[in-house]
Amino acid sequence: MNDHITGAMLDQYSTGGGTAVWAVEAHLERCALCRERLSAAVAKRSPATTALVARVQAALAGEVIRSPRMPARRLPGWVCRWAPPELWPWLTMTMLVLAAALGLDLVDSTRVVPSLVLLVAPVAPLLGVAAAWSGGLDTAHELVVASPRAGLNLVLRRTLVVLLVVVPALAAAGWLAGVSAAAWLLPCLAFTAGALALGELIGLRRAAGVLALAWTVGVITPSMLSARIPLLLEPVSLPYWAGLVAVIAVALVARRDAFTGWRSDKWFVR
Amino acid sequence: MVRTVSTAETEPANYGWVIQAQGLRVRAGRRMAVDGLDLSMDTGVHGLLGPNGAGKTTLIRSIATVLRPAAGSLTLLGQTLGGRMDLRGLRRQIGYLPQEFGFYRQFTMREFIEYIAWLKEMPTAEIPGAVQRAIDRVGLTDRADHRMKTLSGGMVRRAGIAQAIVNDPQILLLDEPTAGLDPDQRLQFRALLRELGTDTCVLVSTHLVEDVAAACTDVVLINAGRLIFQGVPADLAAAAGDKTGDGDSAAERGYSAIMRRHREKEA
Repeated sequence: MNDHITGAMLDQYSTGGGTAVWAVEAHLERCALCRERLSAAVAKRSPATTALVARVQAALAGEVIRSPRMPARRLPGWVCRWAPPELWPWLTMTMLVLAAALGLDLVDSTRVVPSLVLLVAPVAPLLGVAAAWSGGLDTAHELVVASPRAGLNLVLRRTLVVLLVVVPALAAAGWLAGVSAAAWLLPCLAFTAGALALGELIGLRRAAGVLALAWTVGVITPSMLSARIPLLLEPVSLPYWAGLVAVIAVALVARRDAFTGWRSDKWFVR
Repeated sequence: MVRTVSTAETEPANYGWVIQAQGLRVRAGRRMAVDGLDLSMDTGVHGLLGPNGAGKTTLIRSIATVLRPAAGSLTLLGQTLGGRMDLRGLRRQIGYLPQEFGFYRQFTMREFIEYIAWLKEMPTAEIPGAVQRAIDRVGLTDRADHRMKTLSGGMVRRAGIAQAIVNDPQILLLDEPTAGLDPDQRLQFRALLRELGTDTCVLVSTHLVEDVAAACTDVVLINAGRLIFQGVPADLAAAAGDKTGDGDSAAERGYSAIMRRHREKEA
């Protein structure tokens, strides 16, 4: 802005007179230079205003000291945005299950039965995945599904948190138990993505339950009884797991609208 | 901070009713809880009355776009729900207090409402101011930084109202907001309702007929998933006629008279 307020107008304004007050004020709001000139004019020509400003400043200073301070945040806001607080107890529980499996592995160092860490690894994230998006396990779920942010993006965001916690824990446990991460990483991802895709049909909590039960009955129990590493976790199966992950990822994206929460199907449980 | 007003906000509405349901049927579990409901609502405060199991909560959940209608049409802000609609854009303009208001106990009220504001996709810069304004409006300014678990039942309800109004919604759905409020807070709540009703379509479900008579501009009475009465509170009071029905106030007598007449007709 090139045109500034003339000195005469400023003097008039500072003593409470003059015309076109709104135009002067509109200019003052945007122009730091004129505000400075105004304060000089006020100091020179209007002792009443100067005294008023000083009085208000003194009174405010007292108020500010007495008013309560905003307490510091306990958790930065972005942490809550990635994972709801009620996810953490379920992740802690997952850690305990892994610790128990690791303990049994370390006790049984002669390897009579296959490593429990390896057998549990594919379904380890399912507890956290179920807790990430279901009415019973997240108290504010009704508000979440009614919000514009509800959808596959938010589900994936929470699932990522689960994986970022569970996968390193699995890797550590596997390293201690002498199990290579290559053996379980792809099955683990396939089960996570599979739970999400199945969850689009029947609800995430139910989907996670079905998959965990199927794996326990179909793979963990037989291999414990026969004391052999299941074929599904042998290196020869890995290409199939990779293919499965790809297929599931496509299905997941194709039906992504399911997670907006807008459901009426009888069998869908949130 | 000065909020930027978008052109979408200032342009005139190109729809007749804020909420319009035609032959709406919504399932709650196996039961058809809303069964052929025709209802039109405009800006104002609408009190939703009805006996337990009448379908009030199911109706509110379907308007909150949580439940998909099984049949019929539901038009919100001129958008008919279905196939190719802008669900996210619609949800940004809805405020919703569920009947069972779930919250994170360990969050402070401010943190919780900020989280809800984020879920509602409000611009980051606007969130702190909007949260403070919402908390001020429900009269909980001094408790803003207390944890949710330390709040009393009535305060939790008011925090629930604050999270519903944080995004200045066009449609505000409150499912039994007065449960647990003391008489003084109920009076304040009615004043807030009247204020909100000047530019928002507020739908309040309640069992308290006197709340409706005092604060609402419109009464909606449903039973077994169907509309049985819609009119101003004075109509509800007049519905009792000269017969002395059950109830202590004119509005309660009107409510019971309408319900009785409806049952006689059904029988």
